[in-house]
Amino acid sequence: MNSTSTSKRFWDAFWQLANPKVFMGWSGRWLPWLVGLTILFLGSGLIWGFFFTPDDTRQGSTVKIIYLHVPAALMAINGYLLMFVGSLVWLIRRQHVSVLAAKAAAPVGMTMTLIALATGAIWGQPMWGTYWVWDPRLTSFLILFLFYTGYIALWAAIEDDDTAADLTSVLALVGSVFALLSRYAVLFWSQGLHQGTTVNLVDGAKQENISNVFFQPLLLSMVGFGLLFVTLLLIGTRTELRRRRLKVLQARERMQ
Amino acid sequence: MMPDLGKYAVEVMGSYGVSLLALALLCVVYIRRSSLVKRALITAEARKDA
Repeated sequence: MNSTSTSKRFWDAFWQLANPKVFMGWSGRWLPWLVGLTILFLGSGLIWGFFFTPDDTRQGSTVKIIYLHVPAALMAINGYLLMFVGSLVWLIRRQHVSVLAAKAAAPVGMTMTLIALATGAIWGQPMWGTYWVWDPRLTSFLILFLFYTGYIALWAAIEDDDTAADLTSVLALVGSVFALLSRYAVLFWSQGLHQGTTVNLVDGAKQENISNVFFQPLLLSMVGFGLLFVTLLLIGTRTELRRRRLKVLQARERMQ
Repeated sequence: MMPDLGKYAVEVMGSYGVSLLALALLCVVYIRRSSLVKRALITAEARKDA
């Protein structure tokens, strides 16, 4: 089988998920596995990192915060990028599953952003001597948090679901600039107090920014946070699809 | 079993406490909402079929 037909089959299967019935069946089959894998990876990453890694020579035991801070920041950015894709698909193809997935991703992404900001501030105090500084990366992360909050508030404020989907999608597209800035701000502006990228897996090679003794549990924790994100995303999207169906049934009842 | 966190014990424990609490709350909210909506939909479908 050549790569073109494999790719075509993948995309055909992917777009079939836009059908709510197909999505519900597919996600229902995968959810128990995802829950198990999330507990396995997140549990082992955090337990390994907290209990079985040494202190860093410069940062002492605060290095253990890395197992929460970096994965949360990673998912905060990628969560918003997922909302960008879901919103874009809605605006172009009007597929409800995509925009409801974006809606379900928002509270998870907002919580991840909050964790990244809180752990960063707690870590920053002993290392930098301050909880907060208007550094490019920190500032763009704070703006990202505000975009998440605004996106959720906009969904809640508009009664008509399709209008809410349109407006929140535009907001998601605008906010994605800050999601990218929070990752690449240091390339455009000054480095600030925040250090450069801790883990860079681009080009298939790990750059030597972090020792293996810290990197291995960090990788497990990152996979665990990613799995938690996907698990909650599927649960949330299934809930939104059911809620949409419920609204249709309730509207029909009112008309009878 | 508990690692010696030295002078940064408050910072490390605080970070883990805040983060795990936030993640636990998030999971509870998602699972609870899912089960409430699922139950309401089952009831509505039953009314429709009756």
